[in-house]
Amino acid sequence: MSPLKPENLKSLPGPEDIRRVELTNGIVLLTRPNFDSPSVVMNGYLASGSLFDPDDKLSLAHFTAMGLMRGTQRRSFHEIYEAMESVGASLGFGASVHNTSFGGRALAEDLPLLLQLLSESLRQPIFPADQLEKLRAQLMTNLAIRSQDTEELASLAFDGIVFEGHPYSRPEEGYPETVQRVQRDDLVAFHQAHFGPRTMVIVIVGAISPEQAIEQVQSALGDWTNPQQVELPQLPLIKPLKTVVRKHINVPGKSQTDLIMGMLGPYRKSPDYLPASLGNNILGQFGMMGRIGDVVREQAGLAYHASTSLNAWIEAGSWEVSAGVNPANLQRAIDLILSELDRFVREPVSQEELQDSQANFVGRLPLSMESNAGVANALLNLERFQLGLDYYRRYPAMVESVTPEMVLETARRYIDTQRLAIISAGSDSPG
Amino acid sequence: MTNIVTKTRLDNGITLHLKEIHTAPIISHWIWYRVGSRDEVPGKTGISHWVEHMQFKGTPRFPAGVMDKAISRDGGFWNAFTYLDWTAFFETLPADSIDLAYQLEADRMVNSSYDPSEVDSERTVIISEREGSENEPMFRLGEAVQLAAFKVHPYHHEIIGEKEDLHRIQRDDLYHHYRSYYVPNNAVVAVAGDFEMQTMLEKLSQLYGKIPPGPTTQHPAQPEPPLDGEKRLEVKGPGETTFLQLAYRAPSAADPDFFGMTVVDSLLTGPTGLNMFGGGGISNKTSRLYRALVERELAISVNGGMQATIDPFLYDITITVDPRQKVETNLAILDGEIRRLQDEPVSPAEIARAIKQARALFAYGSENITNQAFWLGYAEMFANYDWFVNYVEELEKINPVDVQRIAQTYLSSDNRVVGTYIPTGDQGENE
Repeated sequence: MSPLKPENLKSLPGPEDIRRVELTNGIVLLTRPNFDSPSVVMNGYLASGSLFDPDDKLSLAHFTAMGLMRGTQRRSFHEIYEAMESVGASLGFGASVHNTSFGGRALAEDLPLLLQLLSESLRQPIFPADQLEKLRAQLMTNLAIRSQDTEELASLAFDGIVFEGHPYSRPEEGYPETVQRVQRDDLVAFHQAHFGPRTMVIVIVGAISPEQAIEQVQSALGDWTNPQQVELPQLPLIKPLKTVVRKHINVPGKSQTDLIMGMLGPYRKSPDYLPASLGNNILGQFGMMGRIGDVVREQAGLAYHASTSLNAWIEAGSWEVSAGVNPANLQRAIDLILSELDRFVREPVSQEELQDSQANFVGRLPLSMESNAGVANALLNLERFQLGLDYYRRYPAMVESVTPEMVLETARRYIDTQRLAIISAGSDSPG
Repeated sequence: MTNIVTKTRLDNGITLHLKEIHTAPIISHWIWYRVGSRDEVPGKTGISHWVEHMQFKGTPRFPAGVMDKAISRDGGFWNAFTYLDWTAFFETLPADSIDLAYQLEADRMVNSSYDPSEVDSERTVIISEREGSENEPMFRLGEAVQLAAFKVHPYHHEIIGEKEDLHRIQRDDLYHHYRSYYVPNNAVVAVAGDFEMQTMLEKLSQLYGKIPPGPTTQHPAQPEPPLDGEKRLEVKGPGETTFLQLAYRAPSAADPDFFGMTVVDSLLTGPTGLNMFGGGGISNKTSRLYRALVERELAISVNGGMQATIDPFLYDITITVDPRQKVETNLAILDGEIRRLQDEPVSPAEIARAIKQARALFAYGSENITNQAFWLGYAEMFANYDWFVNYVEELEKINPVDVQRIAQTYLSSDNRVVGTYIPTGDQGENE
């Protein structure tokens, strides 16, 4: 193993170089300077995600997020983008189940403008009716394109089955009929009820001192209040699958079939997360996509991509194997993957495999933070999952404390080839 | 941020470009070969990309799994790209592990095994990669448009190659291609990151310098005659969404008109950056075609872009047509906008704006060491490093008269292929 040298450990964000402040209205700001390039990255979120969407108007959070920059009390759609694009800056919004998130970047000299546009979009959107209809046409076309995307279709079906009854089972973008039902009044009401400073986190990384960053955020957003902001609801429990669920979605005219197999995984704060994450690396990530990549791609030559992913969120997660294969090879790929999953819960990973992945986790940390965007994302995760400002400094020791037995015990709590979803999307007969 | 680049050429013809950057304990090492789909002959299309894949299959000293493991264990990442004019391999690693990268690259420049059984299993992997792309309507349309845009020049085929050729190419073809082009006199090594110049230069010179030069490489591409008038084509396939792609013959990167064309692209469809790693883009909602087509609800989106290439390639405009609208209406409005660019001089302010956007994109790209190392080698493949250094300065020389002339020269309808993807409306069914 090649442990991170002390001087390299210090290059990672930590308590001495991250400034975290809470404004009086509840907004949390994390900032870290980097003067090596004249740019800044700004990311963040508010807890106004699609979990608040009514079933019949699923897409409301997404629609609202996309509508924020379509016009504000101060600027028209065109004026917003004219101001931003003229200086080469960018800003955009999107919705996930828990959050409305935003991301932008600019030359440091233009950060005040970026913050001003963020503030106007969050606090004073007017959702002009004509703009919303243009937006609706775009959302509908995106759904039409999705309806032909084998990977997306498999993924939608997978989430629907594995997270049944929970907001995680629903796509933020909704369905054509739910997008059609959303009216301007819905957006206005959603914005009023769910957008506020109390749940807002903002991260700024780049060529700006912490003092200036704090001052600029305070000036743009410090006086925002929303006494009507609704509390977060209690969400239903998610139950693991009890059997194998097999589903195929026929999409005519496609050369390749996309396959997703998997089950629930740990939530991000779970003590299972790190052993599962290391196990996942061995199973379907390390090197050329781990054991799964080795068997399905390198040995059998069945797929260009074959790998696993562990997706851990606030309330739960998923553990997924995905591959793209020729329809004629679908069953063979499924069988190979099942047999690897069986092996993974039958016997512990070798000491060597684990050490490789541990070294990989520790060694890649500085690489994942080579850009402002990488650091901003790391800071956002600290706050979202309440990991503590010293998390990245503690991380190497935490990774190295995991044993093959811990990986096996953790894998057995989640992976069971008698209880999983197997979803494929592609042509019944090759197109 | 320093901008000092050390450039040298060793006796065997290999070029070294090095840049010290001490912002993070990381080094990114790239090796570029002047070989791509431009160097392929009918019957062997896709061979350059396949050779790139085979370069991951090991040498006697670094068998496949060993290279992979060694890089991943140190937390590094590596990959490779095959393009029209070039093939590039890179490794980004913690600074104290970088030896591995050049040991590996120097070794596999000469000693790759090309085991026949690996050739066969990689054949199906690459066919699977192609089939994954064929699932995308835009790949199918783009392939047809490119094919129509060139008669004699190898730019006419997709980099991945024709499926028939992927079935036909044999081990010895691949090995011959490898030995012909993977020679020091056809390579550029680019390294950026946390090292000391003299030490790095000595190591690289010692290692790469002892590889004997190969024969002069052959680049058989013949100049393409002008298009003899507009060509139109249709591709039919599953889905509900109509896409329109226009491809105009564009200037080569070394042609002074390339910079004027870059400004034209920025005005028409928004700025396109040169960053391959990180940096993100700038939205294009104030571009002329977005305003004319999307704002007026004729299209759902419009994008455009141009590639820096050795020989003249294409300037593409891609439109997702609003389902309530006709292709012909979109084309008529687009032609109106192009005529406006040809008939009326643009304001100096519009050009200044395009330049500020280019500067911002540069700043974003310079945050990231991998991207900086990419820049060090990239421009050498179609021009030279000064092309990149002087890029913004060259843009600054462009005046309204140039823009008008360039629009007249390159955006004539006789100089384009117009392709339409016609959806057949097939709908998938769940089983």
